[in-house]
Amino acid sequence: MGDLIYLIILIGVGYFIGTQVEKKHYKSIKEREAKFLYLPVVSSENLLEEKVVNEARLVYGNAVISTDYFKSILAGLRNLLGGEVSAFETLLDRARREAILRLKEKAQGADIILNLRVETCRISQTGSSEVLAYGTAVYYKK
Amino acid sequence: MILTNIEAIPSRKIVEHFGLVCGSTVRAKNAFKDIGAGFKNIVGGELKSYTALMEESRRQAVERMEQQAQQLGANAIVNVRFSTSNIAQGAAELYVYGTAVRIE
Repeated sequence: MGDLIYLIILIGVGYFIGTQVEKKHYKSIKEREAKFLYLPVVSSENLLEEKVVNEARLVYGNAVISTDYFKSILAGLRNLLGGEVSAFETLLDRARREAILRLKEKAQGADIILNLRVETCRISQTGSSEVLAYGTAVYYKK
Repeated sequence: MILTNIEAIPSRKIVEHFGLVCGSTVRAKNAFKDIGAGFKNIVGGELKSYTALMEESRRQAVERMEQQAQQLGANAIVNVRFSTSNIAQGAAELYVYGTAVRIE
């Protein structure tokens, strides 16, 4: 009985705080994405227009994100039936957008970011993953 | 040292190639920080200590690669790629590689 109460508390805490954290994070992501709209990020290697380049350098941003207890349970249930695990989709979406935003923050003043690569690695057994985004920040000659 | 992850450096000419250079580092997580991460696994969200740890380790791997390139006499590295793998429970390898070149 004690174990069950403990489990319910964990799920409850995970659900309420986890949802709050996610809402807050999405809000901040959207705000910062709007702020960085002027800086295009492309996955192609070549400049789309002929420009004289002053400087090019590697920039990268990363984020380690962890799942909450409620989502773990939800995903565990999903494992029985199979199908789409949307709880983890939003988690990785947040981490990816956060990593790209950090990359943009490091490339301030750049005109374009070329060849964006995103990679994901699970770094712990308990459900945390790291997302790394890297690319080449290009500064045009003004 | 100029680093890019594209095949060339825009508006610069590559005069010499030195071949592959790489740098790696294997890091284990801090058990004390891991207690905090354990709590975070209940409420979810970003693990800031891990983000910082990974960033610092990656910088070290890049520095090692740069050193290797410098010894060869290169002044730039093109086509840089990162790779991360979880090699044991609680330890991750961060690997970075690229082609050392000399530009004008």
